[in-house]
Amino acid sequence: MEKKQMKGWLYLLPAILFLGFFLVYPLIDVLIYSFEEGYNFASQTSYGVGMYNYSYVLHDPYFLQALKNTFILVVITVPLSTAAALLISVGLSSFRPLRSLYQTIYFLPYVTNTLAVGLVFMILFRRTPYTDGFVNLLLGWFGAGPVDFIDGPYPAKMFVLCLYTIWVVMPFKILILTSALASVNQEYYNAAKVDGTSKFRIFVRITLPMISPTLVYLIITGFIGAFKAYSDAVALFGTNLNTAEMNTIVGYVYDMLYGSSGGYPSYASAAAILLFVIVLTITCINLMISGKHVHYGS
Amino acid sequence: MKETVVLDMEKLERSDRVRGRILKTVTCVGLTFWALVVLFPFYWMVLTSVKSYSAYNSEYIPKLFTLSPTLQNYKEAFTAVPLAGYFLNTVIFTVVTTALMLVVTVLAAFAFARLNFPGKHLAFTLLLSLMMIPNELVVITNYVTITNLELRNTFTGLILPSVTSVFYIYLLKENFEQVPDQLYYAAKVDGTSDLKYLRKVLVPICRPTIVTITILKAIECWNSYVWPRLVTDDEAYFLVSNGIQEIRENGFGRENIPAMMAAVVVISIPLIILFLLFRRAIMAGVSRGGTKG
Repeated sequence: MEKKQMKGWLYLLPAILFLGFFLVYPLIDVLIYSFEEGYNFASQTSYGVGMYNYSYVLHDPYFLQALKNTFILVVITVPLSTAAALLISVGLSSFRPLRSLYQTIYFLPYVTNTLAVGLVFMILFRRTPYTDGFVNLLLGWFGAGPVDFIDGPYPAKMFVLCLYTIWVVMPFKILILTSALASVNQEYYNAAKVDGTSKFRIFVRITLPMISPTLVYLIITGFIGAFKAYSDAVALFGTNLNTAEMNTIVGYVYDMLYGSSGGYPSYASAAAILLFVIVLTITCINLMISGKHVHYGS
Repeated sequence: MKETVVLDMEKLERSDRVRGRILKTVTCVGLTFWALVVLFPFYWMVLTSVKSYSAYNSEYIPKLFTLSPTLQNYKEAFTAVPLAGYFLNTVIFTVVTTALMLVVTVLAAFAFARLNFPGKHLAFTLLLSLMMIPNELVVITNYVTITNLELRNTFTGLILPSVTSVFYIYLLKENFEQVPDQLYYAAKVDGTSDLKYLRKVLVPICRPTIVTITILKAIECWNSYVWPRLVTDDEAYFLVSNGIQEIRENGFGRENIPAMMAAVVVISIPLIILFLLFRRAIMAGVSRGGTKG
């Protein structure tokens, strides 16, 4: 019996080792780091314990810039991408021909390397002395002046970042929404049809409530994902995001840790914990709001 | 009286049909538009990669097609920068990480699904709560750990912290539990060991889920950027994401965009082929267990 009891733990052992060493221990450690003042990476010593790291981070203009960028990105991309994905999925579900082809195409960005395709976006949007770039060519057809979206004004840069983020997150949302739409019981629709209900009314009264749990799931994961934006920005603006004024919170964490501005794990930890607290708060707010409006029927 | 009703019905039906047709056209146009938006960057990268350096740089207004495609840029991509090295590193990293993840995940899922041992429920609850922890939070300490162990610029340092995936343990455990108990007891009566039962019965039955998590993990590994960037600064250990960033910032001399695009095409192709081969498994897998976005 004794041997048998140990067996379960034996099977778990590899997982425990990996998780303990690279997930649980770091989690505790990062908390400690964030409260250790004046931590020296080389000698691994610190002066004392306190809130100084948090105060430093919250007064760092680069962090505030990153915070602002991240919030703008979240506020713009989450609603837009969710709404667009909903529109496309509804369109797709009423569109028989080519459905499978379109589904395949829409999913492509999911399996591509963010850094690699970001480079393509950069080239499409960038304006150099040698060329205005493809997007400016399009803008020219509508009489709009050439804009440098990569090294130019802040709103233009933000626009590309949002657009690219949406491009990257759409496949997941479309996929999830299409399968949610397909699983709505057809009988509801048939009943509505017999009653002569209009298509719009069917959508608002049947489809939306039935898929509302999925929508909430997408909005919450969308918020979490957008708050962690980083590699999209690197792909478009290069690794020196602070100079480009395009840093994100996660980017700030990594810059504090590593690279020319790095070597400060304490500041990085404080910033990472602040990010975690923000994400947790927003997720809780989301859950509270959605709890009142979501239909969790069978 | 009756006739007017019939007429009205016909009229209504006709206007309904017209409205339906308009709606259908709008849907079709909208869907096609998004398909073009998705495909265009791919077209542009392939197009640019076959334009010659001089042709590309002489186009002040970019051309939407080329009449004289060249493969010169691909040659350049493999000779001027160590693209083949990046590629090989990524293959090694992806294969080893995914294989280790599979072993760890299958064993843990089996323990949770089939074995009874003290503390099992507590362990599982703890495991579930670990799912909430964002990677960004633990990466800092892992970086310090790997640096202190002097494992920077090694495959060990790259791979070990990337192995764990709490969610896949959960996903596979759920799947293992759906396999009827009778099979397990039958195997026990036959004197089959747990490990053999796992290998010969459970894993084959749950193959679809295992294929799914393998593919999802492989995609994640192939595209991983943050961790490799932190622990490698020696080009000999760069993965493709870091390679592409390095190429962008330092490679090919002055702004050789066509060669850059050739490199981008080369590193994008493996995943696109994988996707086209396992389209159903990948899409079903992502809708069950993917998170990105």
